[in-house]
Amino acid sequence: MNGTTYLIAVIGVMTAATFFTRVLPFALLRNMADHPLLLFLGRYTPPAIMTILVLYSLRGIDLTAAPFGAPELTASLITVTLHLWLRNTLLSIFSGTAFYMFVVQTGVFI
Amino acid sequence: MFGYVPLGMAFGILFQDLGYPWYFATLMGLFVFAGAAQFMAIGLLTAQAGLLEVAVSTLALNSRHIFFGLSVLGRYRARGLKKAYLIFGLTDETYSLITSTEPRGQQDEQDYYLTITALNQSYWLVGCTLGAVAGSQADLNTAGMDFAMTALFLVLLIEQWTKIRELFPFAIAMFSGMLGIVLFREQMLLIAIATAIVVLILQWRMSGTRA
Repeated sequence: MNGTTYLIAVIGVMTAATFFTRVLPFALLRNMADHPLLLFLGRYTPPAIMTILVLYSLRGIDLTAAPFGAPELTASLITVTLHLWLRNTLLSIFSGTAFYMFVVQTGVFI
Repeated sequence: MFGYVPLGMAFGILFQDLGYPWYFATLMGLFVFAGAAQFMAIGLLTAQAGLLEVAVSTLALNSRHIFFGLSVLGRYRARGLKKAYLIFGLTDETYSLITSTEPRGQQDEQDYYLTITALNQSYWLVGCTLGAVAGSQADLNTAGMDFAMTALFLVLLIEQWTKIRELFPFAIAMFSGMLGIVLFREQMLLIAIATAIVVLILQWRMSGTRA
C-alpha cells in the first residue's frame, strides 16, 4: 500500500468507526432512552471518560526520571488555573500549549 | 465554538508535518470530524499503524460518543438526512453546546441543533485547512503543539466537574485510568474505559438496592 492509499484507507476506517459510535445509541437504544441505568450512565460516563482521556494524553510522562513530568504538569496547571478563573476555553488551551511548546523547544526544564 | 479554529489549525499544522498534501487535512475534517481522534490519527499515521489498530483505537476513543448519544436521544427528533447529520456531527464540542444552551426566541430547536452542528464543522474545516496550508508554507517548529489535545481534555474535564459536582465518577475513572497505565500504558484506553463502565454499573446496582 503506498502512502496515499494508506492514508485514504485510514480516513475511511476512522470515518466508519466514528460514525458507528455516534449512531449506535440511536439505532439500538431508541426505545430504552428512559431506562434508569442508561440515564445513570448518560450522566456519569462523560466525566469518567474525560478523566481517562486526560490520563491517556499524559501517559507518556516518566515520574521516575528528570524532568519528572514537570513540563506537562506545569502546563496542565496553567490550563486548569486559567480555566477555573476565566472560563475562556480558547485562552486556557492556547496558554497551556504555548507554555508547553516554549518549554519543550527551549529545554529550560530539561 | 470559535475554539475549533485554533484547535483545527494545530491539527492541520501537525498533519502536514507528516508530508501529506494539505487537502487531506480538510478531507479528514469533512469525513471524520472528530477532534481528539484526528489528533490521535497523527500518532497512528506516524507509526504506520495497521487498519485494525486504527479501527480499535478510534472506537475506544470515540466510545464516549455512545453516551453523548444516549443523553440526547430525547432531544434529537429531526428526521431523515437532518437527523443523520445531527448524529454524524455529535462531537464533544457540539454535545457540550447542545446540552448547555437553549435556542433564542421562536427558533425551532431542531434547526438550532442543526445550525450549531454545521457552524462547528465549518469552523473545524477552516481551522484544519488553514493550519495545513500555513504549515506547508512556513517552516514552523511544531514541537509540543500536541499539548493542545491534553489542554482540550483538561478543559472538558473542568466543564464536567462544574456540571456534575460529585466525586465518584472522577474517582472511579482515576482508579481505572491508573490501572490501565500500569498494566498497558500505550493501549490503556480500552481497559480503562471498560473498567470504569463496569464499576459505574456496579455502583448503580448497589445504590439501586439501597433505595
